[in-house]
Amino acid sequence: MTEATHEEYASHDEHFAHGHHDEHDHHGPAKGFMRWVFTTNHKDIGTLYLVTALIMFMVGGAMALVIRAELFEPGMQYVDPAFFNQMTTLHALIMVFGAVMPAFVGFANWMIPMMIGAPDMALPRMNNWSFWILPFAFTLLASTLFMEGGAPAAGWTLYPPLVLQGGAHLPFAIFSVHLLGMSSIMGAINIIVTVFNMRAPGMTLMKLPLFVWTWVITAFLLIAVMPVFAGAVTMLLTDKFFGTSFFNAAGGGDPVLYQHLFWFFGHPEVYIMILPSFGVISTIIPTFARKPLFGYSSMVYATASIGFLSFIVWAHHQYTVGMPLAGELYFTYATMLIAVPTGVKVFNWVATMWKGAMTFETPMLFAIAFVVLFTMGGFTGLMMSISPADLQYHDTYFIVAHFHYVLVPGAVFALFAGTYYWLPKWTGHMYDEKLGKLHFWLSTVSVNVLFFPQHFLGLAGMPRRIPDYAVQFAEFNAMSSIGAFIFGFSQLIFVWVVIKAIRGGEKATDEVWEGASEHGLEWTLPSPPPYHTWTTAPDIK
Amino acid sequence: MKKLKLLITGLGIATFGEANADYALNLSPGVTQLSRDIYDLHMYILWICVAIGVGVYGMMVYSIMHHRKSKGVVPAHFHENTKLEVVWTIIPFIILLAMAIPATKVMIEAYDTSASDMTVKVTGYQWKWRYTYLDNGIDFFSTLDAKSNEARQLGVRSNPEAVPNYLLEVDKPLVIPAGKKVRFLFTAADVIHSWWVPQFGWKKDAIPGYVTDAWTKVEQPGIYRGQCAELCGRDHGFMPIVVEVKTEADYNKWVEAQKSQAQKAAADAAKTYSMAELMAKGEEVYNANCAGCHMANGEGMQGMFPAIKGSAVATGDLNTHLDVVIKGKGQMMPAFGDSLSPVDIAAVVTYQRNGFGNDKGDLVQPSDVSARN
Ligand code: HEM
Ligand SMILES: [Cu+2]
Repeated sequence: MTEATHEEYASHDEHFAHGHHDEHDHHGPAKGFMRWVFTTNHKDIGTLYLVTALIMFMVGGAMALVIRAELFEPGMQYVDPAFFNQMTTLHALIMVFGAVMPAFVGFANWMIPMMIGAPDMALPRMNNWSFWILPFAFTLLASTLFMEGGAPAAGWTLYPPLVLQGGAHLPFAIFSVHLLGMSSIMGAINIIVTVFNMRAPGMTLMKLPLFVWTWVITAFLLIAVMPVFAGAVTMLLTDKFFGTSFFNAAGGGDPVLYQHLFWFFGHPEVYIMILPSFGVISTIIPTFARKPLFGYSSMVYATASIGFLSFIVWAHHQYTVGMPLAGELYFTYATMLIAVPTGVKVFNWVATMWKGAMTFETPMLFAIAFVVLFTMGGFTGLMMSISPADLQYHDTYFIVAHFHYVLVPGAVFALFAGTYYWLPKWTGHMYDEKLGKLHFWLSTVSVNVLFFPQHFLGLAGMPRRIPDYAVQFAEFNAMSSIGAFIFGFSQLIFVWVVIKAIRGGEKATDEVWEGASEHGLEWTLPSPPPYHTWTTAPDIK
Repeated sequence: MKKLKLLITGLGIATFGEANADYALNLSPGVTQLSRDIYDLHMYILWICVAIGVGVYGMMVYSIMHHRKSKGVVPAHFHENTKLEVVWTIIPFIILLAMAIPATKVMIEAYDTSASDMTVKVTGYQWKWRYTYLDNGIDFFSTLDAKSNEARQLGVRSNPEAVPNYLLEVDKPLVIPAGKKVRFLFTAADVIHSWWVPQFGWKKDAIPGYVTDAWTKVEQPGIYRGQCAELCGRDHGFMPIVVEVKTEADYNKWVEAQKSQAQKAAADAAKTYSMAELMAKGEEVYNANCAGCHMANGEGMQGMFPAIKGSAVATGDLNTHLDVVIKGKGQMMPAFGDSLSPVDIAAVVTYQRNGFGNDKGDLVQPSDVSARN
């Protein structure tokens, strides 16, 4: 089946090239700004996503620094508590929807066609749309900062009734969420169709690179949950403006219903941010250990089971709302189960390193830090899954520490690792290894100074989402803020390394990393790859 | 000096000094059987995680040290071992089972609100707590105390460290007897809040339209502090909880005192006050309840909170002014009809109409307030 489909696409492509399209369209990019506006090329779109994500990472990071500056010492120093809440909310929304998710979509766009031997994404015009929706969505979201009453301030969870107290911003924020959801769903459909229909002949599903597998599973999660979120926020909108009472107890509605809907989306959402990381790490470790990935098929099954389990554990975010005891226990047991496939993945990574011939270039350093620190986040996650213990942890800085361990040295480090790993392929130039290592060490040390003390703060009783705190929390907050500023400014090194590699530097070989061509089709292409690749399908051994 | 100390701690140098006693690193075992059970469970899972961590990280560190190319290692080629993979799937299952059993026991304990000796209804408001004793009708609000409230204002340079229990002190604590099983019912008047005293071992959400419950039985008299744990708006960080646990005898005395106070308050509401009395009382009430947003000088905050000084409401129709205070307005101005007594409202409205150079000369009596309430 694959074979036939692929040939069909290949001939389709030829038909395009020699048929009714201008020559230059197909032999290279158009010139100038319009190239980026109208592009349907997966590499261009990948670049657009990555650049947007990097900018958003800086914007969201700046907001985090506003928060950490205010929290540096007890007492209110710089911002009003209402603005503080807007910062926490926007920081989270921007980091989640603006930085991490688009960055992984950028990876997917660049790498999936190159990894499966396809000439482009299956639906290139839709691909252009999925990207260009984003800048509008973020402009809408950011514009709420300048509206009367300010930006949304109810946390990224947007719980009613609090969020309904918001003023002018609400319809804008919600419309922006709708747009983000549309973009994600279109991106997900594109990935699924591409992977199922455009693989090179001979590339069976169980030969797919793990990064592609993790993205396919992620794409299914996206399609399943984004509409639920869109529905929930639409209900907020009608409650606010059209007199419905979905979530309004006084009108017969139920505020807890919103929480169930939100977390039915929100819990898979956190896996949407982490499954592609698993793929990136599973790609990088074998290369630098010079060994095949240990347990490929159990990695695939583990990823799929994590994806499945993520749908049936949502209410572990609601242990304190007063569920029936049976519900409380069910969600405890189901959540604990996720530790099993996650454990399998970590063991497999360690086994891949075992008896390898490891070298420690920047991508490998970030990958190793990912395994260590993500596992730490996993441990605190396991602790939180136990509902009676979570009665203490919930809504404290222990939680903030937990999710930042999985999101920053988790998702974000995987993004760094992947960028360093593929940057020579993308640009044709080696990045500056010295600066890369400096970026790594500064980030890794400071991220721990930043988030580790927050475990202590949470256990000692500091609630999250507060702009000021009791004096016994002063020392660890000061430490955390210092870590945050070092971490934040270290990222400028990363930006510089990327710019430098784009502008020039040592030529990268096609294989880039020693022996890499055994680990993926992309390394058999030239560095940088020509604008159109795999116009004839590669042979899969 | 303070900055220096912060900086040194910040760099991690003083982390293990004697200053260590000042800040906690771990959950507190708390002051109830339930909180100790939760603490034990927490330590048990923590140690299991530490043990697994030592194993996994140990393996990693070993291969990073020894299995590197620079040591001339030739990479092995194995990439599967079904036996091993089955083993490391099954062992975690067993470990999880060993955690799930004690967890279930503790959860059942936490949910057992039966056979309680008394019940207190707790209602969350933006941003204060209301305690209603269902057994004897005592009913009052508990708000951030005035000293913390003043020190936490933006731009106030008074030193939070000089305020006793900064942000963890209230004007009127919840009082309960030691050694009795107290059942709590939680609900909220506006948005979701969450009632959390770490030393009791749990927190519970207070949700509008819902009634949730939980219980505690504190053995020793003492003062226990906590905070709201669910984002509930601008002043979410400023709604502390203080519980004073008294011996049974002291508790009974307190109940009697509350009852006579309630009678006095009813009598007060029927009295007529002089301008001087109302202005003095009004200033107190203003600083405790209004200054957070409208500022102590009545100038408000540009673009966010309107000024009282020269405001259209405070210098306009008296009834409109009373309505705004009693019923609230818009998104941000809370309704004070429930939480302040008629005397307090009469005083604060009088203060607003005559202070800050407004000089309206209006004098509002508690009976005027009761009439509109
Ligand atoms: C530069 C690194 C970062 C710093 C210094 C930082 C700092 C913070 C701080 C101080 C808070 C507020 C915590 C609270 O009061 O509850 C917060 C919340 C949050 N952050 Fe970050 N963060 C960083 C990176 C990220 C990234 C990369 C992500 C996600 C992909 C992320 C996701 C979140 C989320 C979801 C929240 C919760 C917001 C809420 O309570 O609604 N953060 N962060
Ligand atoms: Cu609250």
